[in-house]
Amino acid sequence: MELVAEQRGEILVVRAMDDRIDAAGAIQFKDRMRELTLAACPRVVLDMSRVAFLDSSGLGAVVAVMKALGPDRKLELSNLTTTVQKVFRLTRMDTVFTIHDHLPEDVRQAS
Amino acid sequence: MQAPVPTPPSHAAKLTIPGDQMAVRNGLRALFDTILLRSLPEDGRGTAEIVLAEALNNIVEHAYSSHDGEIEITLQLRQNELVCKISDTGLPMPDEKLPAGILAPLEPPTDLPEGGFGWHLIRTLSKDLDYRRENGRNLLSFRLDTQQCGD
Repeated sequence: MELVAEQRGEILVVRAMDDRIDAAGAIQFKDRMRELTLAACPRVVLDMSRVAFLDSSGLGAVVAVMKALGPDRKLELSNLTTTVQKVFRLTRMDTVFTIHDHLPEDVRQAS
Repeated sequence: MQAPVPTPPSHAAKLTIPGDQMAVRNGLRALFDTILLRSLPEDGRGTAEIVLAEALNNIVEHAYSSHDGEIEITLQLRQNELVCKISDTGLPMPDEKLPAGILAPLEPPTDLPEGGFGWHLIRTLSKDLDYRRENGRNLLSFRLDTQQCGD
């Protein structure tokens, strides 16, 4: 599970490089996200543009990452592909996460 | 793992994989690379991958929690439906019944569920979901609409 992180101002942008977050990679995803978010960053944006597929274990891992960030930090998601969007919608997790169509404007300008 | 066998031209595919997570990932990749599944509209293909992944992961996690075994997947395209049959020699479902698949309430940010989504997704996206235990095998079957989003 390759994740590439880049600090842009107060936002940590993490790009998922693999095409799936699934049962076979969920634990690795969680562990790697935990490492990357050790640094103090009030906002974490996970860029999922390359993730074509996410199963329920992958979704559980994303939820676990958000919970691990604690109450004062946020996990936001961006660039969800069609099938990933469907999984979030059907589990109503789209109501829990802040989901951006694209990386937030302030992040793009800072890059 | 053997390659998926496309029997009569592109209407059916059969695949047998070991019951582990990596084999499920590779098996899904192989299946969705067959002419049969490549011929589906994007939405139908996405739905099929979600449901098949949940059904297969469930077998790995529960049916094969205490011993190894294989999973046999048969897909057949009939008009606008994909008929899916999955069998394994793992443990039976509790009470030999399918789980209800009811989502836990969402109570952000502390009490969010990290699981229990799988059967909800399967039940929401599939039709004629059926489970039987026969001669030491679990037989799961369902149909998927290949033309609609299914939600």
